[in-house]
Amino acid sequence: MSAVTAGPSETYLTNESSIASWFLTKDHKRIALLFFASVTAFFFIGGAAATLIRLNLINPAGNLLGADLYNRMFTMHGIVMVWFFLIPSIPTTLGNFLIPLMIGARDLAFPRLNLGSWYVFNISGILALYFIIAGGDDTGWTFYTPYSTLFSNSHVIAAAVAVFVNGFSTIMTALNFVVTIHRLRAPGMTWFRLPLFVWAIYATSLVMLLATPVLAMTLLLIALEHGFGIGIFDPNLGGDPLLFQHMFWFYSHPAVYIMILPAMGVASELIPCFARRPVFGYRGMTYALVAIAVVGFFVWGHHMFTSGMSVFAGIVFSFMSFIVAVPSAIKVFNWTATLHRGSISFDAPMLYALGFVGLFTIGGLTGLMLATLPIDIHVTDTYFVIAHFHYVMVGGTVSAFFGGLHYWWPKITGRLYPEMWARGAAILTFIGFNITFFPQFILGYLGMPRRYYSYAPDLQTWNVLSSAGASILAIAYLMPLFYLGWSLLWGPRANANPWRATGLEWRTSSPPPEHNFERTPVVTTPPYQYNPEDDSYVAQDGAANA
Amino acid sequence: MTWLPFWPPNASTTASTVDAITFGELALVILVLLLVFGMMFTFVIRYRRGSTADRSHRVAKTWYFEIGWTSATLIAFLVLFAFGAQAYLYLYKPPKADLELYVVGKQWMWKVQYPGGQREIDSLHLPLGKTVRVVLGSEDVIHSFYIPAFRVKHDVVPGTYETFWFKPTQLGDYQLECSEFCGTDHAKMIGTVHILSPTDYAKWLSNEGTEPTLAQQGAALFRQYGCSGCHSERSTIHAPLLNGLYGSYQHMADGRTVFADERYIRDCILLPASQRVAGYPPVMPSFAGQIPEDDLMKLVAYIQSLGAAKEAP
Repeated sequence: MSAVTAGPSETYLTNESSIASWFLTKDHKRIALLFFASVTAFFFIGGAAATLIRLNLINPAGNLLGADLYNRMFTMHGIVMVWFFLIPSIPTTLGNFLIPLMIGARDLAFPRLNLGSWYVFNISGILALYFIIAGGDDTGWTFYTPYSTLFSNSHVIAAAVAVFVNGFSTIMTALNFVVTIHRLRAPGMTWFRLPLFVWAIYATSLVMLLATPVLAMTLLLIALEHGFGIGIFDPNLGGDPLLFQHMFWFYSHPAVYIMILPAMGVASELIPCFARRPVFGYRGMTYALVAIAVVGFFVWGHHMFTSGMSVFAGIVFSFMSFIVAVPSAIKVFNWTATLHRGSISFDAPMLYALGFVGLFTIGGLTGLMLATLPIDIHVTDTYFVIAHFHYVMVGGTVSAFFGGLHYWWPKITGRLYPEMWARGAAILTFIGFNITFFPQFILGYLGMPRRYYSYAPDLQTWNVLSSAGASILAIAYLMPLFYLGWSLLWGPRANANPWRATGLEWRTSSPPPEHNFERTPVVTTPPYQYNPEDDSYVAQDGAANA
Repeated sequence: MTWLPFWPPNASTTASTVDAITFGELALVILVLLLVFGMMFTFVIRYRRGSTADRSHRVAKTWYFEIGWTSATLIAFLVLFAFGAQAYLYLYKPPKADLELYVVGKQWMWKVQYPGGQREIDSLHLPLGKTVRVVLGSEDVIHSFYIPAFRVKHDVVPGTYETFWFKPTQLGDYQLECSEFCGTDHAKMIGTVHILSPTDYAKWLSNEGTEPTLAQQGAALFRQYGCSGCHSERSTIHAPLLNGLYGSYQHMADGRTVFADERYIRDCILLPASQRVAGYPPVMPSFAGQIPEDDLMKLVAYIQSLGAAKEAP
């Protein structure tokens, strides 16, 4: 089908096979796979915690886990999912694998730093496993003072150190991406010819570089307070507990965009390819990504509307939160318009991408409700918030991650996956997700606070519905493990460009050779030059394929 | 809206305001969802691969559309923001209170004190149709005082006082919850708010109220902690008199002018060095760690009552 010539027989997977060739590799593609193994393990650890949470909430008395164990479970779920899955998920796996391929480079700018990042990530992962096995942390992933510093009898320090170390891995990877995208683009790959996935990872990396140090400082200040009695957050020492919230959310709100921007990038690759037409408003999409990254730094106070922050600050942060929603809305409109007059097929990646757009839209619109001050006062710290951010983080980011994984699976492994199984999993994800999280909007408006191991019996129906949905979702998330595993061993061989896509990553063999390209590609064409009328396309190196 | 199985009871003036905004916004959200999902469904069906739909004349100049929908969303969002901000200002500008409650949150209970000296734990009895002002303090960690039926919530932060208000509009019993995670039994830090008719409320108060009022208890503490040794007319120490202090503006030694509310009085007792009034020497010792939160609230109520005395000559 494709006119691309077959690559060399030595691929990045087979050129060396010793154990050291994996653990000491400097190849971004192998490191991406190492990261993939790590984040997948943590996805299932976090998912196990989620399963126990939903099981506990089937019964209003919550006596399956009881108070202390439940509190440790949601904290573990939060910490693992945020720092050990969502933040690294797309950048360190798909980003690591694809950025050099998409821009026509041989590798990232700093291959050793890239490998180092994986080791640092795993050190933080071991610390995380330590705090979990030692007995857990019960502060919630937000570590609010003075509870975390003075009152909790759990492994707060170990958890905080794990998160602190994790941040260095984030920074190392982000720095690598920024330098790579600035310096290693192939001839002709101008900024406005970059695939939107590259733009998204670029914007994400900038946010990572600027926000993560603030988290590290906050954790260090806690250590200073503990070790030297310097009053920073503790009111008994003249400190201010709200200062912690300001500093924490100054990092953690941008961190939300760290989690969603790469997913937007993935969707922007998938939708044009399966609609067979150029993305609608390419430039607008790049500006929107950058706008989200920048404005995202000025909205942190919307987590604190009921905290006793000044009324004036509340109004300013509400205003900024509405402003940051504008570029997100633009992106939704552009994805929708990309479907107009396309030639749309419904392969699994497209199903995930369409699911992403739908669920992200619901998450975004309920975010507007939360930005509206009086509504937020009522529903903040309730299940309404939980539903909202799971629509964005799980419905959005995890759907996009799965979509991207399927889409680039042939490139990464050289094998095709079983399409019908994959479509089934995508549809099941969508159904299970909505049954799990939609009832939580209702629970939240009814006033069920988050982080409650027990609740009023009249709320049981909605909770049972949510737990039932979670069991469907669990199956949908386990399915790829089996059929992708099968494909790894027995899947049919993929050609270089099975989706007939335009990006440079498809201009080399599947899987690519160690140095990615036989000769450096020269870029002559903007991305997404698909034509739905005759189903032709022009790849970024100018090769036309009818 | 109580006929909806998924709508909480609406039992305060705030609840009506919040529900009205929620409904307006929900309508808009549904409209946008119908628009976006409607377009998506139309497009994916009409332009599915293999359909004969015309695919020529795709939009070339996309920026017409982009500027159009960017400005449309911006305007819509600004309208939502304005509605929300206006209601927020209203919710934060308390009307004159008919009743002032002092609530202390501690792991894992709510301790409530009434001006008449009555006390309750995890339970509030309040009269229908009266504006209630709540002064919130915490003995340990951050809690959050939340009554879903009233749509009001406010964090209780250690080291300071937070105040907010509400006005119940329906008789009945409503759930009180802690909504900021505060440790093991966070989920058990719940209580009941009983809204009574004014006569029932008066009856309840008289059944409970054999103790001296909160201000009288505060006056006793004022002597017990030795405050009266300096802050009195007979004292030889140069310390300000506290008559008429509450609700006045105070000039500080460092040039600031501050409004003397509950939070200010609390800070003066616990952190006197940071709140020195102009013209007085820094001789007051800190009482931090010596006065439990509920005693502190009684002292504040007493000093508050001195202010009220001055207003009514």
